[in-house]
Amino acid sequence: MEQKPVTDFRNEKVIEIHGLNKSFGNFHVLKGVDLDLYRGENLVVLGKSGTGKSVLIKIIIGLLRPDRGDVKVLNKVVDEISYKELLELRLKVGFSFQNSALYDSMTVRQNLEFPLVRNRKNLSRADINKAVESTLDAVGLLHAINQMPSELSGGQRKRIGIARTLILQPEIMLYDEPTAGLDPITCIEINKLINEVQERFHTSSIVITHDLTCAKAVGNRVAMLLDGQFQRQGTFEDVFNTNDDRVKPFYEYNFIQ
Amino acid sequence: MENTENSPVLNEEVKTPGKLSRMFLTIYDVNRFIMRFFKEGFLPPYEGKELLRQCYEIGYRSALLISTTGFITGVVFTKQSRPSLSEFGATSWLPSLVGIALLRTLAPLLTGLIAAGKVGSSIGAELGSMRVTEQIDAMEVSATNPFKFLVSTRVLAATITMPILTFYTALVGLLGSLLNVSMSEGTSAKAFFQYSLEQITFLDITASTIKAILFGFTIGMVGCYQGYNSSKGTEGVGKAANSAVVIAMFLIFIEEVVSVQFFSLFRA
Repeated sequence: MEQKPVTDFRNEKVIEIHGLNKSFGNFHVLKGVDLDLYRGENLVVLGKSGTGKSVLIKIIIGLLRPDRGDVKVLNKVVDEISYKELLELRLKVGFSFQNSALYDSMTVRQNLEFPLVRNRKNLSRADINKAVESTLDAVGLLHAINQMPSELSGGQRKRIGIARTLILQPEIMLYDEPTAGLDPITCIEINKLINEVQERFHTSSIVITHDLTCAKAVGNRVAMLLDGQFQRQGTFEDVFNTNDDRVKPFYEYNFIQ
Repeated sequence: MENTENSPVLNEEVKTPGKLSRMFLTIYDVNRFIMRFFKEGFLPPYEGKELLRQCYEIGYRSALLISTTGFITGVVFTKQSRPSLSEFGATSWLPSLVGIALLRTLAPLLTGLIAAGKVGSSIGAELGSMRVTEQIDAMEVSATNPFKFLVSTRVLAATITMPILTFYTALVGLLGSLLNVSMSEGTSAKAFFQYSLEQITFLDITASTIKAILFGFTIGMVGCYQGYNSSKGTEGVGKAANSAVVIAMFLIFIEEVVSVQFFSLFRA
């Protein structure tokens, strides 16, 4: 397991979260979360299932509303902007779903064209084809262009899902469990792709995962969500160099596995 | 989905409301859903290609089932009505009776009920499955308005195609009746259509068209509402498809009763 080189990205903040709270009924998931994402960095958010990792990125993209607290994305407070402004913001933020969420009635080509034709109206048919093909090429799946999502493997679906978000050339990428349910070899390929996306498309990313191999391979910085708050942040070593009983089993289980 | 523009009202903020509160919240939510359709459905950008595709799916794909039902209804209705009419020596009224019955009530109602079963369940299941597999969220995050693409197009397509299907059902029903009449009484096609259509008024055609539009809108709206707001995984998809059919059929019967009362005011 190769670790990503440590780089200090503390320049411009692209996401700023302060005092974020979110409950579902009586279940208080996020309890005053504070988090910043800097331009160009890959931030890995770790935590057990059900700790609110996915909720956090769904709040960032405006799919869920916070109960309290501020979420600022590219200097816009997500909860305060109009629906039109939110749609404009979403053009700059890509979201890769855990189950890929490909449109199963459309081919791979149509899946990639869908956001493009609706948001880049000045593009000609030739431009659209070129964008679709080059994005598919970037994720190594140009040959699957005319296939239906049901004909693809889990790893291929993940790649197409990432390609569909990349086609709008976002500044920020949000990955929800990118390696969940994949075999170790495909996990390595997806980790590599996340790093390639960071370098090639100059994106800033939040990667939600509980896979430490993924965290170590793609994260410039790691933040661990414990009891509704980010209790530990820093490099992979900073986070796991502890005797905290809530953190140690997580590390040990992943490596024994 | 809890963004103000998209969310159902029944979110996690509401702590286990009572039955009455839940009913009012649902009515409010349905009302918002319908208002959103009128607010967004007719404004650009238009999803013309998807609208045409839905018209094809809803209209053309239902044609075979509707043809069969319409034809059988025409044959059976004619056959069952003959003994009663022949008691009064009025079998010559058979074509007019069938024509009026088909156009005024049978064609709109049958088409509505069949479409509620076929189209309503299909819309409910499709949108429900898209909701639980996060495909609707995926549209949302790719800066596309899923309501416009999925809901507006389906509701409009159902509303547009229902009047066409209704008159098609009436025509096929008349053909079924013609077959029966020509075999029993040896009536010619020209005479049959002349007798069956001469009693039909402009009001009958208008009333049937309005009813068909109303039924189509109901089927599309109920199917979309149930599917778009479905939850709880695959169980939710089944529930969405099922309730889309049950609620649409129930509303169609209510609309039929109300519209019959309403249009009878103009017949006097």
